[in-house]
Amino acid sequence: MYPYPDANGHFGPFGGRYVAETLMPALEELEQAYRDAQDDPMFQQDFEDYLRQYVGRPSPLYFARRLSEHLGGARIYLKREDLNHTGAHKINNTVGQALLARRMGKKRVIAETGAGQHGVATATVAALFGMECEVFMGTEDIRRQSLNVFRMKLLGAKVTAVTSGTATLKDAMNEAIRHWVTRVRDTFYVIGTVAGPHPYPAMVRDFQAVIGQETRRQILQAEGRLPDYAVACIGGGSNAMGLFYPFLADESVRLLGVEAAGLGIGSGKHAASIGAGRVGVLHGNKTYLLQDDHGQIEHAHSISAGLDYPGVGPEHAHLHEMGRAEYQAISDVEALDAFQLLTRLEGIIPALESAHAIAQVVKLAPTLRRDQLVVVCLSGRGDKDIHTVAEAMGVELH
Amino acid sequence: MGRIQATFERLKKRKETALIPFITAGDPDLTTTEEVIHALVEHGADLIELGFPFSDPMADGPTIQAASERALASGTTLAGILEMVVRVRRHTNVPIVLMGYYNPLLSYGPERFAADAAAAGVDGLLLVDLPAEESAEILGSLRQADICLIQLLAPTTPLPRMRRLAAAAEGFIYFVSMTGVTGVSQVDAEAIREQVLALRETSPVPVAVGFGISSPADAAAVGSFADAVVVGSALVKVIAAYGASPELASRVGSLIRSLKESLR
Repeated sequence: MYPYPDANGHFGPFGGRYVAETLMPALEELEQAYRDAQDDPMFQQDFEDYLRQYVGRPSPLYFARRLSEHLGGARIYLKREDLNHTGAHKINNTVGQALLARRMGKKRVIAETGAGQHGVATATVAALFGMECEVFMGTEDIRRQSLNVFRMKLLGAKVTAVTSGTATLKDAMNEAIRHWVTRVRDTFYVIGTVAGPHPYPAMVRDFQAVIGQETRRQILQAEGRLPDYAVACIGGGSNAMGLFYPFLADESVRLLGVEAAGLGIGSGKHAASIGAGRVGVLHGNKTYLLQDDHGQIEHAHSISAGLDYPGVGPEHAHLHEMGRAEYQAISDVEALDAFQLLTRLEGIIPALESAHAIAQVVKLAPTLRRDQLVVVCLSGRGDKDIHTVAEAMGVELH
Repeated sequence: MGRIQATFERLKKRKETALIPFITAGDPDLTTTEEVIHALVEHGADLIELGFPFSDPMADGPTIQAASERALASGTTLAGILEMVVRVRRHTNVPIVLMGYYNPLLSYGPERFAADAAAAGVDGLLLVDLPAEESAEILGSLRQADICLIQLLAPTTPLPRMRRLAAAAEGFIYFVSMTGVTGVSQVDAEAIREQVLALRETSPVPVAVGFGISSPADAAAVGSFADAVVVGSALVKVIAAYGASPELASRVGSLIRSLKESLR
């Protein structure tokens, strides 16, 4: 039995609840409400109904024949989270949290966003449930992801630009926390990844675990056996945690998390918190962080806005330390190559985040036998990244 | 008896409310901070809260965020701050409480920090993002070094929790006057009066109130029912405006005098 998190929200030495006293009662209230909801069959039924009718689940587990043939090893399956409503896995979690907010009587939700996928997913469920919504987003990300900004506004959300610090996801999260402290009595904070203070890492994991539960069932149906590898990209790590969690007890399944190496680990411009970070405390939890010798948080870099975060979910830190999951890093260039490869071979344009996982498979598959099974989470679709990719390829769009 | 306790007992005899100014160490540099501390003490500060900067100050409003950025830009580190405290201690017995976020201290090493801070003459530590539930890993080192870990309480803290945390409090309790970040709204003294009075009845240590106190009128209103008032952003604004000016010490001095006057 895997006993994490413990009663205090710790995953071994990681996780916990490092927040201002003002927020402690709100987190205790949230934890209690979440526990009650978990035990309530009506809540679970509601969640499943929305995932089926609204999100469009189950998402297919697609056998990527041409990619498998091209790489010359392994049978590669793509878990198609890109086919979800709003185009990424983020919606699984926001449906769950919005149902919880509704159950708690909160009529106002806030969220932080990097690539804009979580912001869009939150704005979407806020529209669905008639809630007021405010999304915090760094000005640098607003520039990179203007399409998602407009989508959020169309959905009725207020998008608040964050100019402090590096003006990316980390700063958006600082500002969301500041806002939550100010309006904690009437506001539900929808965190988009498996980070933040307890109970968020466990709660987001549980809502995303549908990815791994379906994958497990689907691969057994398709191949009659479990995969040899499960691969997913990691910013905060919610799609990876969702894929990994239902396989934790299956020791034959190797779990592979893929961080962003940006311009290369040696360049200092990357987002590989596990690969090159140190343990510290940020945004309410203890985990691996990119930080200098004095404990100041450093800038993360990735071509993918969704991976551009200097930390990682505490459960990944723990799985790394336990040796249950392995963590590698993929550079901007490798991700761009994989983006184009998948697009050409399978007619699937992946999100740049997901392209990191694909790039890892491009390295891994040729080392495997032809009958070995790899499942990879295609966490989102690439429409939002077309401008970024064009810019990187030197193509000017009008 | 420690410096914190001695200070509060002395003020109690004189029926004065303590004035606790907050400044960010290294804003705009540590030499200036040292001068500001001397001005604070000279003009009526009873205890100094010395912020150590963090790249991600999640509980602070724009004023103190900017102060942290200035301090980091001038290369301020925890080690540098402790060296400055050593110099300050040669001239004053004012209690000094370091205040900030956990990560710089965790990076420094809690045990090493406790020893170095005590040797420098630091009396207390206040960590905004370290609630009682997570404090076990530093409490032992701090106790051994005789440094108080100051407990924060908030208007959202339920009464049973408040009683439990107050019972274990050291030095003094910092009661946050509102839900929010530093320096954005004005305190509503009447709204917290009952809560603070109830807290003082159960608390073994004095109760300071902070957040939203910027004028002598605010200080007088809160000071009528609290043991101490904390003034941060209003002072940090003066430092932001006159940081490099020869007028800095006199500007800081006149603000502190007017605040202290309202508490006598």
